[in-house]
Amino acid sequence: MAEKILMKGNEAIAEAALRAGLKGYFGYPITPQNEITAYMSARMPELGRVFVQAESEVAAINMVYGAASTGERCMTTSSSPGIALMQEGISYMCGAEVPAVIVNITRGGPGLGNIGPSQCDYNQVTRGGGNGDYDLIVYAPHTLQEAVDLTYKSFEISEKYRNPVMILGDGALGQMAETVVLPDFKEKEKPDAGWELNGAKARSPRSVKSIRLAEGKLLEHNLHLEEKFKLISRNETEYSYEDGDYDVLVVAFGTAARVAKTSLKNLKEQGYNLGLFRPVTVHPFPYEELRKAASKAKKILVVEMNRGQMLFDVRLSVQNDEKIEFIGKPGGETFMPEEIENKILSCLK
Amino acid sequence: MTVAFKKPESLLDAKTIYCPGCGHGVIHRLVGETLDELDIREKTVGIAPVGCAVLLYDYFNTDIVEAPHGRAPALATGIKRVRSDLNVFSYQGDGDLASIGMGEIMHAAGRGENITIIFVNNANYGMTGGQMAPTTLPHQITTTTPKGRNTATDGFPFKMAELIANLDAPVFSARVKITDPKNINKAKKTIKYAFSLQKENKGFAFVEILSACPTNWGKTPSEAVKWVSDAMESYYPLGIFKDIWGGE
Repeated sequence: MAEKILMKGNEAIAEAALRAGLKGYFGYPITPQNEITAYMSARMPELGRVFVQAESEVAAINMVYGAASTGERCMTTSSSPGIALMQEGISYMCGAEVPAVIVNITRGGPGLGNIGPSQCDYNQVTRGGGNGDYDLIVYAPHTLQEAVDLTYKSFEISEKYRNPVMILGDGALGQMAETVVLPDFKEKEKPDAGWELNGAKARSPRSVKSIRLAEGKLLEHNLHLEEKFKLISRNETEYSYEDGDYDVLVVAFGTAARVAKTSLKNLKEQGYNLGLFRPVTVHPFPYEELRKAASKAKKILVVEMNRGQMLFDVRLSVQNDEKIEFIGKPGGETFMPEEIENKILSCLK
Repeated sequence: MTVAFKKPESLLDAKTIYCPGCGHGVIHRLVGETLDELDIREKTVGIAPVGCAVLLYDYFNTDIVEAPHGRAPALATGIKRVRSDLNVFSYQGDGDLASIGMGEIMHAAGRGENITIIFVNNANYGMTGGQMAPTTLPHQITTTTPKGRNTATDGFPFKMAELIANLDAPVFSARVKITDPKNINKAKKTIKYAFSLQKENKGFAFVEILSACPTNWGKTPSEAVKWVSDAMESYYPLGIFKDIWGGE
């Protein structure tokens, strides 16, 4: 087994991407993800790969769009306001079916907000933000090891479905240090799947585009994207849940789930009957799995570092608002375990 | 039998959507001939703009990626950086390149990316129906300057070829027109030189082409061509503004 090493979250994510065979990194400075860009500026050239500091997030995502349209593994990283600027490119890439990985180390909003850890981009990344009907595949890790593992596999997932993937972290995950086991270096196995732009030599010319002007063609394309996302939902939905009949079932993702784990541990030691349902993919969302888990619980408590965004997905899933309670923390701040514990205790009354 | 004139292999056998008298058809042909003559068609990736040339993939027998409005130089940067063996060009209009994409073009030029930019200046937004572009001349009437471009409120046009030439990194920047056979031949020579620089890894090359838009200018094709030489050229002088390798 590989050695455990202590790494900062942002650097661990960067190293995992390198090891996944990343060929091109295009980034723009924004806190709290700056360590990724700095790390890449040293490591990518060291490995003979491409690093470009773009002039804006708009340019960075479009450099990824261009570079990834050749079939090379590419990535950009940013934080909330920067992700907002990337929505144009993300919409085009989803429409043109260009695989790539985008990391969002979320910070407090709206607007310039602050640089504290937040989950206020849930709607932005699961409900688009760019124009048109499209879906990102969004992973929400809650530890650095999980961030490393998900980043490492996200490139293959994005290529399998020709769809951009987002790693949804937050300032806490990006800035904390934790021990991780790093995966081995790998390369993309299949360099040409039949759509990549690499020169029309001994074949017809190819185009990568989201435009469909002929009557009916855009409808057809949208229905294809819809079918694709249904397939992704069937195959790739991930969550963490230990089966049980709980008095309170906490639903949380990312850093909120991490804090909730401490709260649950403290209360379970006092004899309370509590469980955690943690979506790992927040898009596709594990609606059916949560519905089943919730049907066996007396109360559902949704915990988010925002004003209640995943809450809507939980309501859609559970279909019983009477059972659902919510505790939120917007503004780029993190929960203390006691806050969640007190809320759980009030749910039990 | 000797074939005196034929379609370049780099162009598809397609009818374009362009209006009578539009310059795009000629410019496509010049780029197509260039790709043939430099033998780079098979390793070319072109970048289509948003504008009248958005359907570039219907006309070029090369790989094409379609960019969001103005972002073509960013896509070109990405492609060329990860695949330096490919020949990469963007084909952009004036609204695309000099307005919404001003940031992307200036920074791609500033980095000296080894790419070729074909910039078609027809002094208005063509596809959206003839609005004021950054290149619209003072007093020129467009759908958004019904009394003519008022420089007091609308500002002055951007001279892109000169702006690019002022940066340190680009190796070549020129302005040509395609009003008559002599100038079309000159334009061809300039375009071919710009692509040859990329082929030889010599750096960023920019070619601005003054081109007619009869439909939106409200002129006949022949009046429009005359307007390019009379009105546009006096504001946008032809010439080579930078050629550090000295080949043109």
